[in-house]
Amino acid sequence: MLTYIIRRFIGAIAMLIVISMVTFGIFFVVPQWAGSTPEAMASRYVGRAATPETVHLVAQKLGFYDPVIVQYGRFAKGIVAGAEYDYGAGVEQCPAPCFGYSFISGQPVWPDLLDRMPVTFSLAIGAALLWVLGGVSVGVLSALRRGTFFDRLSMGTALAGVSLPIFFTGMLSLVVFSYGLGWTPPGGSWTDFTENPAQWAYNLLLPWITLAFLFAATYARLTRAGMLETMGEDYVRTARAKGLTERDVVVKHGLRAALTPILTLFGIDFGLLIGGAVLTETTYTLPGLGQFAILAIRNQDLPQVMGVVLFAACFVVVASLIVDLLYAWVDPRVRLS
Amino acid sequence: MSFLDVKDLKIHFPTDDGLVRSVDGLTFGLERGKTLGIVGESGSGKSVTSLGILGLHKGGRAKISGEIWLDGEELVSAPAEQVRGLRGKKMAMIFQDPLSSMHPYYTVGHQIIEAYRIHHDVSKQVARKHAVDLLGRVGIPEPANRVDSYPHEFSGGMRQRAMIAMALSCDPELLIADEPTTALDVTVQAQILDLMRDLQREFNSALIIITHDLGVVAELADDILVMYGGKCVEYGSTDEIFYSPEHPYTWGLLGSMPRLDREPTERLLPIKGSPPSLINVPPGCAFHPRCPYADRTEGRASTEVPDLAPTERGHLVRCHMPRTERRTLWENEIKPVLETQ
Repeated sequence: MLTYIIRRFIGAIAMLIVISMVTFGIFFVVPQWAGSTPEAMASRYVGRAATPETVHLVAQKLGFYDPVIVQYGRFAKGIVAGAEYDYGAGVEQCPAPCFGYSFISGQPVWPDLLDRMPVTFSLAIGAALLWVLGGVSVGVLSALRRGTFFDRLSMGTALAGVSLPIFFTGMLSLVVFSYGLGWTPPGGSWTDFTENPAQWAYNLLLPWITLAFLFAATYARLTRAGMLETMGEDYVRTARAKGLTERDVVVKHGLRAALTPILTLFGIDFGLLIGGAVLTETTYTLPGLGQFAILAIRNQDLPQVMGVVLFAACFVVVASLIVDLLYAWVDPRVRLS
Repeated sequence: MSFLDVKDLKIHFPTDDGLVRSVDGLTFGLERGKTLGIVGESGSGKSVTSLGILGLHKGGRAKISGEIWLDGEELVSAPAEQVRGLRGKKMAMIFQDPLSSMHPYYTVGHQIIEAYRIHHDVSKQVARKHAVDLLGRVGIPEPANRVDSYPHEFSGGMRQRAMIAMALSCDPELLIADEPTTALDVTVQAQILDLMRDLQREFNSALIIITHDLGVVAELADDILVMYGGKCVEYGSTDEIFYSPEHPYTWGLLGSMPRLDREPTERLLPIKGSPPSLINVPPGCAFHPRCPYADRTEGRASTEVPDLAPTERGHLVRCHMPRTERRTLWENEIKPVLETQ
């Protein structure tokens, strides 16, 4: 078991290193292959009015003439240990994890990311709760009542849920519930949890439901398929033969075994979502990481884009690490291999 | 009335292709402390019979009729909840493949404890002690340690022992073993059969062994019921079935049984053809397409379902051939061949 955990940890760290390399490569190496010069890259860091000499100087300061490996080393060190920027007029300390400074605001990227995190976290956790509970219970009921009206209705709805993009359901829900009926607040409403929990939940209600609907659909279908399989297993028949109530047979024996693939999917989905629910946050104008990423890309704010990409990738890696560990806990057979 | 009395049991499954008559009018009885072997090929309806007794025949679509009396209680017409209360407690089942029949995610101990606590209001500690006792009783070494193992950490024979321990957890009065040794090594098979015989004596329970292997029931069973196409074709004491069988199908089963005490030079005598589809059961005697003596029935084999009629020795045979002819065939043609085999 311990070697399993250690192996997974090492794997996760290796994965993070690879991701940082790829990200670095995309933003610093690929442009050079495409014909971009160090000067052209440096010109992003100075204003438009800079003279060629200034640009050359900045490119030198930022190390764009150094070999790629040295540049990557500096970049990685910035994230792990912090970095110092010498702009001529004194040295600026950028504490770890340092993703650099925004081109637009001149502020360090990391605190900005931290500011955005609670919004995305709130959105992801609330929606995840809804979709797991909703999706799994609908899936179980559908499997048990296979072929009935309930089954067909819920699977039809699930199909709609998978097919309809969030910018459609989201807009529609805003039009109907916020602007039409006035039951929910308009887009862009956000209150911090620590400030007013009730308001926080009220503001997030519609995004939660819309986002959960999208995911619940997949989970319902997956749960249904899994339950149909496990309920036909011999050990479920054994459970019945022992005299367990049907409820215990379904939950403790059938569902328990059907949950493993759902757990895997959940880890990946949740990790991705924590890195920014781009469409949902954009649709509801929520100031989260997804919206941050969109703005950064639109502004071509390179340090911000890199920051948010690495940040999001971290969550996916951490989430899949947690899933791997949970998996071993859930399925004892995994611990052996 | 016997402890277990099954009367005219029918279990039919409506399917898109037609009605599957898995069990079609089965009648038998069993006393406490006695063992009945139900023998037949795959698809003869023997497993469905046992599941039907426990009320586990699949789905709401199955149609069950007839009567199952267990210790004075009728089960076919009883509410599902009443039958559930009896399952695991008064009647328990040992399944064929212990690896797929035990939940892979729970320890062996957990699964035995669960079975015990459904029917007994005791603490987990008490149930755990009971589980350790049971594991020891079915011959698992170091039961106190093994109780926390998962099924995949057991060998096949150990798993079957654990499965038996689980079935015995509530001292059932009726124990049904569905092919209990099929998935096991031959050496382990004998151990498991010995274990079941010892435990049956100890608990004085009624035991039904379901198998396709006459060798398994030869030493264990008091009575043997041979099933073919959902119907009983021969039913009698083990001695009768082995030493004076009268149904051609039973002869076929005996002929296809490997014998260790004979020279392996002769070939086995397999039954020609394959078991009938339970949707399109052949008209008349279900066995007639495979029966080498079907031409000795004056054409009745393919038109008329034979009755299950008693012989003067008291055992029941479902065959159109006249009794004297069956006796002669057995004595002069079949028995000598089987003996030289």
